[in-house]
Amino acid sequence: MKKVLIPLSVVPILLLLAYGFWTDPRFVPSPLIEKPAPLFALSLFDGEPLSLDGLRGKVVVVNFWASWCFPACYEEAPVLEGAWRTYKDRDVVVVGVNVQDTEKAAREFMERFQFTFPNGPDPGGKISIDYGVYGIPETFVLDKEGRIAHKHVGAVTADVLSAQIEGLLRRAPVADDNRQEHERGA
Amino acid sequence: MTAQLGNIALWIGLALALYGVLAAVLGHRRQSGVLLESGYSAVLAHCALVTIALLSLEYALITSDFSIEYVAFNSSENYSIGYKIAGLWGALEGSLLLWAWMQAVLAAQVVLMYRRKHRDFIPYVSAVLMGISAFFLLVLLIPANPFEQHFPVPLEGRGLNPLLEDTSMLIHPLLLYSGYVGFTVPYAFAMAALITGRLTEEWLYITRRWAVTAWVFLTSGIIYGGWWSYHVLGWGGYWAWDPVENASFMPWLVGTAYIHSVMTQEKRGMLKVWNLTLITLTFALVIFGTFLTRSGILNSVHAFTQGAVGYFFLAFLAVILLSTVTLLTYRADQLRTEGTVDSFLSRESAFLFNNLLLITFCFTVFLGTIFPLLAEAIRGVKVSVGEPYFNYVAAPIALGLLFLMGVGPVIPWRGGSWGSLRRNLLGPGIVGLAAGCVTFVFGIRGPWVVATYALAVFVSAIVVQEYYRGIRARRKTAGEGPLQALGQLFIRNRRRYGGFIIHLGVALLAVGIASSSAFQREEEKMLKRGEVLEAGSYQVRFDRLTGSEGPTHVKVHGVFTIFNDNHEVGQMTPALRFYEKRQEPIAEVDYWIGFQEDLYVILGSFDREGGWAVVKVLVNPMVSWIWIGGAVMVLGTLIAMLPSRLLSARSAGEKP
Repeated sequence: MKKVLIPLSVVPILLLLAYGFWTDPRFVPSPLIEKPAPLFALSLFDGEPLSLDGLRGKVVVVNFWASWCFPACYEEAPVLEGAWRTYKDRDVVVVGVNVQDTEKAAREFMERFQFTFPNGPDPGGKISIDYGVYGIPETFVLDKEGRIAHKHVGAVTADVLSAQIEGLLRRAPVADDNRQEHERGA
Repeated sequence: MTAQLGNIALWIGLALALYGVLAAVLGHRRQSGVLLESGYSAVLAHCALVTIALLSLEYALITSDFSIEYVAFNSSENYSIGYKIAGLWGALEGSLLLWAWMQAVLAAQVVLMYRRKHRDFIPYVSAVLMGISAFFLLVLLIPANPFEQHFPVPLEGRGLNPLLEDTSMLIHPLLLYSGYVGFTVPYAFAMAALITGRLTEEWLYITRRWAVTAWVFLTSGIIYGGWWSYHVLGWGGYWAWDPVENASFMPWLVGTAYIHSVMTQEKRGMLKVWNLTLITLTFALVIFGTFLTRSGILNSVHAFTQGAVGYFFLAFLAVILLSTVTLLTYRADQLRTEGTVDSFLSRESAFLFNNLLLITFCFTVFLGTIFPLLAEAIRGVKVSVGEPYFNYVAAPIALGLLFLMGVGPVIPWRGGSWGSLRRNLLGPGIVGLAAGCVTFVFGIRGPWVVATYALAVFVSAIVVQEYYRGIRARRKTAGEGPLQALGQLFIRNRRRYGGFIIHLGVALLAVGIASSSAFQREEEKMLKRGEVLEAGSYQVRFDRLTGSEGPTHVKVHGVFTIFNDNHEVGQMTPALRFYEKRQEPIAEVDYWIGFQEDLYVILGSFDREGGWAVVKVLVNPMVSWIWIGGAVMVLGTLIAMLPSRLLSARSAGEKP
């Protein structure tokens, strides 16, 4: 009887390995979720400056993209522009951060998709490092208090984006002491 | 057409493998020579058919037949012939076909070599080998078919992953696969021994050379992989404890334990169950590694594309583990040990400790590798186990092994007297301690590093001492000259003296690993034109950017002038390669390799106009000792494996 039981000792290992099929090792929750978003300032392609600090009180979509990121950035470009046009009058801002790109290629890309939302380069990749960007594209949705509410890896879809934005717009208005705490933290 | 030929060859090959299993088992049961012979013929025919399948895929790769999906995804019209051929092992399906082919060739070789000699063994050996082959062909036919066709036919192939475009691609995978596949032969013999109950040392003597051959391929494959990673991947390291690296290291550890432990069984008749366990575990770990690489259950830089292959490999692993453990349990009573460990200070006990450490090492690596899975299964949290864990647990175990490597070979079997121990160990011990003190005096403080230096010198001193004594004894007794005496040592006891050289290689390797991990310097900075970055005694000045065009990519070089202590010593030109079909650029590092240290320059991002560039400079001490150590290990293994017939013929001829 005992002899039958010994071989069964390998079963737990096999079960553990089988469990691996139900997990996705590439899905890693971002430690930045619910944390204050790292602040940054962009000098936009149209020459204007943009500071994240100045967008407090609005829902902000920060998208990291590059003209060489094919096809994902090309898929999501119309989605971002669409979200901007739909929500810009409802205290929502879409900000494009152009990563490791040449100005010429970036401008061509923006022209191709008729971008009207603010876009600026990230020289030296500092902003992407602050946001822990692992691969392009990645999209962060920030709530009105400037906290990262959602991170999306890969091409973002219209469904995900509008669900996230609507959810944050419906949230209760900003509590004052919350904001102060954030400012002290930042 | 090629695709159909390949598929038909695989189907018939599968049928033959299954027939091979049946014919061998039934033939042995019924003692039917005809059936057995037909089974062996099936093994040979199986080999021929898998060869046809392999050649079909190679033909498609060489002629850039993009109607076959595998070719379209992993090759390119522009490739040189070398990379076209190497496309075979560039991705999942092809690499499994290569594996199946190596497997088939070894099975054929085993049958041709041994069927007349070991009549009771070979039926089961060939049945086990054909069973394994059948599994691989099944995988090739169902979830990972390399002959899948692609419509519409693309005009140009996608090419290999650019990281694989390196001459190492022509070598490293072949070495590693030869090592992996090589262990199936000793496994098959061990299984045959368990199935037939013929548990004498017969299987062990036959498979010793197979195991050592597989071991040396695995060893050189792992070290070559380190070299590849070091000079291509551009992060300045050679080993990262990535799951796939661990997957190759675990069978190496257990295989190393096995080739040491068999000596105990040969000399003392001990550790029989243990040796069978070790060799079967080695093979199980090879399959486990293949499963890890191909199932995508763990995150790794080496991961192949995923698919149903993972399920097949897990099922196969289950069959192997369950059948082996069942057989071992069933036969355990017959495997009782003849000898016992007489003394704590004996060769047997040194081997036992060596085994214990190697297995502990393997277990800690295993635990670290699957821990993320375990943590998620039990607690639902995502964790990753990184280098610090592995380095932390590996260092003391590796030092223990280094120590035993010195002591083990000079303690006699059954135990030695204190006097003989003192005679053998005192000199090298003093030399080792002195070396430790010298490194300390020279300002090296890390306890692990000092200990590694001391032990490496200790091991080397023992090797020198044993060679010296061996040569002196032969000069006295046989009156030979020093070189002739050295030759005679190799001829008369090549395992021992080859083994010493392997140990010397490990000592060099250990020094290289300890120095490079303890004293690596790394500097990274964004430089404007003409600006200088300091790293150690070097100054690196950014001069300009230049561009060039390759067949598959555009390359941007950064030109840097290097100074050592403010003397100009030359120029380095690290580059970034931009591929049309890939999103991210690939870094091409520039490096100078030296005996003392390597200078290693990596180009990061840069400004199109050439105004600035981000550069990373690494000064890696003594990394070349790792490659030299690896080469010495291979040399030692070759000496240990010199065919005895050749040697005795030559020495007979030399005698007057």
